[in-house]
Amino acid sequence: MSILVNKDSKVICQGLTGRQGSFHAEQCIDYGTQIVAGVTPGRGGEQHLDRPVFNTMEEAVEATGADVSVIFVPAPAAADAIIAAADAGLGLVVCITEGVPVQDMVRVKAVLKDYDCRLIGPNCPGIITPGECKIGIMPGFIHQPGRVGVISRSGTLTYEAVYQTTNNGLGQTTCVGIGGDPVRGVNFIDCLELFEQDPATDGIIMVGEIGGTDEEAAARYIADHVTKPVVAYIAGVTAPPGKRMGHAGAIISGGEGTAAAKYAALEEAGVSTVRSPAELGSAMAEQLKA
Amino acid sequence: MNLHEYQAKQLFARYGIPVSQGEVATMPAQAEAAAGRLGGQLWVVKAQVHAGGRGKGGGVKLARSPEEVHAAADAMLGERLVTKQTGSEGLPINQVFVERGSDIERELYLSMLVDRARERIAIIASAAGGMDIEEVAANTPEQIITTFVQPAAGLQAYQARSIGYALGLSNEQVKQFVNFAGKLYRLFTECDAGLLEINPLIVDKAGDLLALDAKINIDDNALFRHAELQAMRDPSQEDEMERSAAEHDLNYVSLDGNIACMVNGAGLAMATMDLIKLHGGEPANFLDVGGGATPDRVAAAFKLILSNTSVEAILVNIFGGIVRCDLIAEGIIQAVREIHVKVPVIVRLEGTNVDKGKALLAESGLAITPADDLTDAALKAVASV
Repeated sequence: MSILVNKDSKVICQGLTGRQGSFHAEQCIDYGTQIVAGVTPGRGGEQHLDRPVFNTMEEAVEATGADVSVIFVPAPAAADAIIAAADAGLGLVVCITEGVPVQDMVRVKAVLKDYDCRLIGPNCPGIITPGECKIGIMPGFIHQPGRVGVISRSGTLTYEAVYQTTNNGLGQTTCVGIGGDPVRGVNFIDCLELFEQDPATDGIIMVGEIGGTDEEAAARYIADHVTKPVVAYIAGVTAPPGKRMGHAGAIISGGEGTAAAKYAALEEAGVSTVRSPAELGSAMAEQLKA
Repeated sequence: MNLHEYQAKQLFARYGIPVSQGEVATMPAQAEAAAGRLGGQLWVVKAQVHAGGRGKGGGVKLARSPEEVHAAADAMLGERLVTKQTGSEGLPINQVFVERGSDIERELYLSMLVDRARERIAIIASAAGGMDIEEVAANTPEQIITTFVQPAAGLQAYQARSIGYALGLSNEQVKQFVNFAGKLYRLFTECDAGLLEINPLIVDKAGDLLALDAKINIDDNALFRHAELQAMRDPSQEDEMERSAAEHDLNYVSLDGNIACMVNGAGLAMATMDLIKLHGGEPANFLDVGGGATPDRVAAAFKLILSNTSVEAILVNIFGGIVRCDLIAEGIIQAVREIHVKVPVIVRLEGTNVDKGKALLAESGLAITPADDLTDAALKAVASV
């Protein structure tokens, strides 16, 4: 089992013909993901990576019966692409694009309330169910089918958690990179809920970082609703206030969003926290042994 | 990206939002002449820097004659202003804003921002204007009025009225406030602001609303559609190293320690800083070289790191996913050779072709210390200084 995506997921790539879209879609296809079509306005009727290209999302969905889209379009076009995917009836949209204006995302999130559609990202590595379906830019080979669910705001830090759980034999059910932007699609809580319900997931690794209060909200949710062991790491203990640390959302402002506050909230909720990302895998193994 | 007060007030004026009359000056004589043109008996000379707390730092001076305006401008221009937001080095004062003194009846606070948790634009108002709003929020939270705006509807008049009445405004002033807040919301959305703050928003002796200060931050991600705003950027107010990093598409933040880091990915870069600290060292910077980590970028990153003279060791931490470790190793070797790096370089590589990458580093003959994992890398870096 897994959450959100599996071997049956049929994926449309928005921006398939672009440099990023081509490169990463090819890797996804090599991993075994069913990328069934691409959408690039003006390129309808062409073939790219042996897949049909359509001008619009409606046409692509109608022709292929796809249920997921992955977005590689440039930032100025990302909001439009997300809404187009939702409006075409897709249940899951994964937006890899980095640099989407925050007010675009405010409008997108308001619009998505009208649809039965989940958004992952933007500014994220994507989602992978090891051995079945990779939708995003993560290196597939470090993953291994297994027992741990991974939720993370950071790309390469997710890979650390994944690699450690692969090396110690635990493996992963599904890994979701929720992205580094301040306003984004699915959050820790959405994924915690899904992993809690997923019978194959025995434990959950949560990788947070400074900025906002989503980890605190997740901590409250865990205390009330999650019975599976959760191991958490928060990046940015040494980050100075008022400075944006790479990700648009990674900033301590007005005293809010510190790593210390997040650790405190998670520990109060009974989450097993680690101060070093190198200990995520071993801490999870410890939890699952008990 | 931050705007100066005078730039923000120009924007306000364009949107029909009432602001105090003033002019920007780069020379004391210009400031004096501006005072003459503005007229009146009282002027305020304000240092234009990208930081709050200017009043307490000596960056806001009252003047009762054009000569006093000249003197105040002369004292500020060319100096650096230190406030509680600038750090000890302060920021250069290249311009002053000269404005007519206002007869202040009441000082209010008004700001707009994108609230992350609600995913809405929030309007924050308070009758306790002219003060540090974070202190007001901490000590007297009941004095803070927060309103959220549904993006499709935009700011509604009833919402602005409710804020106006809660601020204790008269019926006539509430009408003014509805107009004022509506225009401000339009500016906020049309200019892709991330934060907009007026402290204080005053009611003058005639009973009219006026923005006495104006602070605007524009969402960097939205600058592609605001060429005009982008032209308002003032690089003199930015950290020189951070600016030069941005020119190479690198994300860099200076810190106070002596162990530099070079990492791919923002999260891993923060985690690497934290690891150095956890193992008893002090990180010198945050540096994300991005997913590409090409030889050119690695070289640019080394140069940047080494322009900080406090650096005594460099920890390179790369998780090669899509990018192959052997390519990254080549980049590191090339950079260390070309730039003649003299401090210890500790390299932790993981991911695709890691063995090939490590072998290249070992065979290079350069003083590069390989590390086996995250912890080993941090320990070796800390031990090397």
